[in-house]
Amino acid sequence: MVLVWLILIPLLGALLAWLGGRWSSACAQGVALVAMLGSLALSLWLWRNGDYSLTGAGFTASLGVLPQWAFEFRADWIPSLGISFHLGLDGLSLLMVVLTNLLGAVAVCCGARDAGTRPGLFYFNLLWNLGSVIGVFLALDMFLFFFFWEMMLVPMYFLIARWGQDAPGGRRREAAALKFAVYTQSSGLLLLLAILALVFFHQQATGVLSFDYHDLLNTPLRRDVAWLVMLGFWIAFAVKMPVVPFHTWLADAHCCAPAAGSVDLAGLLLKTGAYGLLRFGIPYFPEVAHELAPVAMWLGVLGVVYGAVLAFAQTDLKRLVAYSGISHMGFVLIGLYAGTEQALQGVVVQMIAHGLSAAALFMLCGEIQARLQTRELGAMGGLWATMPALPPLLLFFALASLGLPGLGNFVGEFLILLGTFSVAPLVTVVAALGLVLAVAYALIMVQKTLHGAPHRVGTLTALDPPTLGLIAVLGLLLLGLGLYPQPVIELARPAVQAVRHLYAADGAALTTAVITTGAPQ
Amino acid sequence: MNAIQFGAIQFGAMLPIIVLSATIVVVMLGIAVRRCHRVTAALSMLGAALALVCVLPIWLGGTGPVVVTPLLTIDPQAGFYMLLVLAAVLGVLALCPAYFAGYAGDREEIYLLILLGGLGGLTLAGASHAATLFIGIELLSLPMVAGVAYVSHDRRALEGGVKYLALSAGASATLLFGLALIYAEIGRLDLGALAAALAGAGADTPLALTGGAMLLAGLAFKLSLAPFHQWTPDVYEAAPAPVAAYLATVVKVGVFAVVLRLLHAGGGTASPPFVNVLVVLALASILVGSVLALRQDNLKRLLAYSSIAHFGFLLILLVAPGANTTAVAAVYLLTYVITALGVFGAIALASSPAGERDRELLGDYRGLFQQRPWVVAALTLMLVSLAGIPVTAGFIGKFSVLVLGVAAGQWLLVGGLLVGSAIGLVYYLRVIGALYAAPLEGSAAPVATGTEVAARWSAGAVMVLIAVLLTLAIGVYPQPLLNLVNP
Repeated sequence: MVLVWLILIPLLGALLAWLGGRWSSACAQGVALVAMLGSLALSLWLWRNGDYSLTGAGFTASLGVLPQWAFEFRADWIPSLGISFHLGLDGLSLLMVVLTNLLGAVAVCCGARDAGTRPGLFYFNLLWNLGSVIGVFLALDMFLFFFFWEMMLVPMYFLIARWGQDAPGGRRREAAALKFAVYTQSSGLLLLLAILALVFFHQQATGVLSFDYHDLLNTPLRRDVAWLVMLGFWIAFAVKMPVVPFHTWLADAHCCAPAAGSVDLAGLLLKTGAYGLLRFGIPYFPEVAHELAPVAMWLGVLGVVYGAVLAFAQTDLKRLVAYSGISHMGFVLIGLYAGTEQALQGVVVQMIAHGLSAAALFMLCGEIQARLQTRELGAMGGLWATMPALPPLLLFFALASLGLPGLGNFVGEFLILLGTFSVAPLVTVVAALGLVLAVAYALIMVQKTLHGAPHRVGTLTALDPPTLGLIAVLGLLLLGLGLYPQPVIELARPAVQAVRHLYAADGAALTTAVITTGAPQ
Repeated sequence: MNAIQFGAIQFGAMLPIIVLSATIVVVMLGIAVRRCHRVTAALSMLGAALALVCVLPIWLGGTGPVVVTPLLTIDPQAGFYMLLVLAAVLGVLALCPAYFAGYAGDREEIYLLILLGGLGGLTLAGASHAATLFIGIELLSLPMVAGVAYVSHDRRALEGGVKYLALSAGASATLLFGLALIYAEIGRLDLGALAAALAGAGADTPLALTGGAMLLAGLAFKLSLAPFHQWTPDVYEAAPAPVAAYLATVVKVGVFAVVLRLLHAGGGTASPPFVNVLVVLALASILVGSVLALRQDNLKRLLAYSSIAHFGFLLILLVAPGANTTAVAAVYLLTYVITALGVFGAIALASSPAGERDRELLGDYRGLFQQRPWVVAALTLMLVSLAGIPVTAGFIGKFSVLVLGVAAGQWLLVGGLLVGSAIGLVYYLRVIGALYAAPLEGSAAPVATGTEVAARWSAGAVMVLIAVLLTLAIGVYPQPLLNLVNP
């Protein structure tokens, strides 16, 4: 039941914030913040009180080992179609849920500037979206998963279309929101079709109509069918991540979204794609995923390099950060399909680190834009002289983005490259070049914003203390993740091992893993 | 020939039809004695509600088919469609008082027309003979010629009415000719025999094949399936919002009830040539509806195209055989009716014929959120439901059809549905975007503002509220609905 509350708190908070908006903007924001902090507290309580050393995912059903979750909730929902309200929490989902709640609270805090005339509705959309994201991370029933997956769409559309800003270069926010919605919805429909096909073939093979994750694992599929069904899943997740040929919605959505929306989008929505691959995309179709691996890894490399090159070429600060996200998520894709334990651990760390650093960078973009009324890099410069506090923070997160040792992103990228080298050396080599490009775009960003001659005289207003505090918290977390990533790695280990063993199709190793789980290797 | 029995059971089965007919007579006499808008509206809604109550035992009783005469057979399936027709009629009636409150002409006859059409819907739901089929279809659509042209000082309305009359008559003639051809082949006119003829039609029965094709064309016209759809946007645009709601719900439900009996008798499908035609009709409707809706700036036209696409989705059921088909059809139609009533209801709440025209251009809706936030919120939810996004009833309907399509391996049609939904999202979001945008400079809404206060707490508002609640309830917890339609 506690898992249901994890989803319900943001959703109820959304409704209350809507009502609260009738009184004042601060009231709506307060309600939303209380809801997110409550949800955060609940997820931290779960972290403290759960035993996450179990094999998180039910990959072992074929060996007669029942799937185990630290927390599980199941209730009948639509029994006539084999659909249940099935939620489960293991270390991986817990990490994602904590990240969602944390960044959710951050997004609520930086919403005041954008909430505008309808603050209640703004926070309603934000929290509704966050609640759906948590649902995505917890759902173990494919219908339920899709339900939450689609629930994310409309609030995000509203956040961009209603509270966003028209970007320079004639990019209207409605158009950007529509582009986001169409990409997500069309790929979501493919996902729905793939889910239905999987359920249907499962029913044909076993006679049981079920949308449950546990049942659908180990569905026997003909190879060609498996390919088609997997592609349905893969494209849906790849659009969200985004993987390079499907990435064109991202920069537009970001540069038109309000700051809170960008934090949400980069920090969380992109992660749902990677999570989907890790939880569903690979475990459902391990053999076919193996065949796809070379293509996927090279697409990842393309994302790393292409994203970095595009980021370097941007003149708009927010677009630069957005494209750097494509580069970072490219590493995630490489790690996912490398499938070794280190690489998968790197994926988890990278997702969290990118969530934190991107959120902070987008917040800083918002702060800069609020002061300079522009995001054009050409119209900036000299901020170091004219503004206290912000420049060192921007430098810090730029360095995190380029993978400075000691910060979370370094650990993630390093583990991914290390884990991939044994599988695909060439991929690793080329992807490592992407790190050099990251240095280029991160430093050009720092140089154009902070250094040089100031474009306008006089000091700008300093960051207000709450914002400063929030960004500092994000920075400290990133530093903590970089210096001592072990708790995160430990937490995600069972889930990661399960995926790895399944991916390696290594039955014997799996049994031993089940026995020795929890012991650090 | 069997002796016609008429006892208590038959009377019970006929009761909804009798009650509705009595209501029509009472309302007609009432208008003749003294014109009073409120009394007429109350009497009509009361009568329709009474008829609705009378349907419940038929639907839930599950006593098996009751043959009333050779013309009518009332079974639980008929009960369900009667229920749906009456609920839709009630919804449409609820919209009228507030909508026509500021109208200067005669306001009472619209209730009569809608009730008459509802009677046609009931007849169709229980039809078991070609004669009742034809009477039902005519009764369903003819009153609406007057309905479309009801605001008779408007040129556009008259034009729409004449267009509907001419094309509708053409379609009816086609249908009648088709029936005659099949009769020439098999010599019978009961619906069971017609369905068997359609199921067995092939190259060796040319008359049945031709007749079936003409029958199908006539029905496709009434359901406004492409390529028989051209009248739909014009007529929807011309019609007052409640009448458009009627056209989008009552007419389609009634006709689909009989289509299901003709083409899907006993869980089978029609013969291969007809199935191929149905596939073409479905794909054409989905594509034409979705693509043309993209370019509409008029919300009523847009919804007309969207309804074309929606019935294209529904046709997948007729192609995919299976025991579940009737249940899925019921789910889909129910969710569609709720959503369509909600969306036209919201338009009606925002409009009045006292204004120059309905609030129908997307530009008219810009900035409406500031003035009427609840109407806009309801309209948003209904559009999201039409787009088939989770948490709304529309998703459950779309999902049920998809499940059936995948299970039957109809990949082409399933693909069509997905493409149609993806395009659908674009135009629904365009409307939603306009709802929340800032009003254009210097544009005056064409709606008389005096009536807006009156519309705030009207029967129509209650109806839209019920539609909103049902949409959410079904979207979140559809199991009770699925239990109800799976006897």
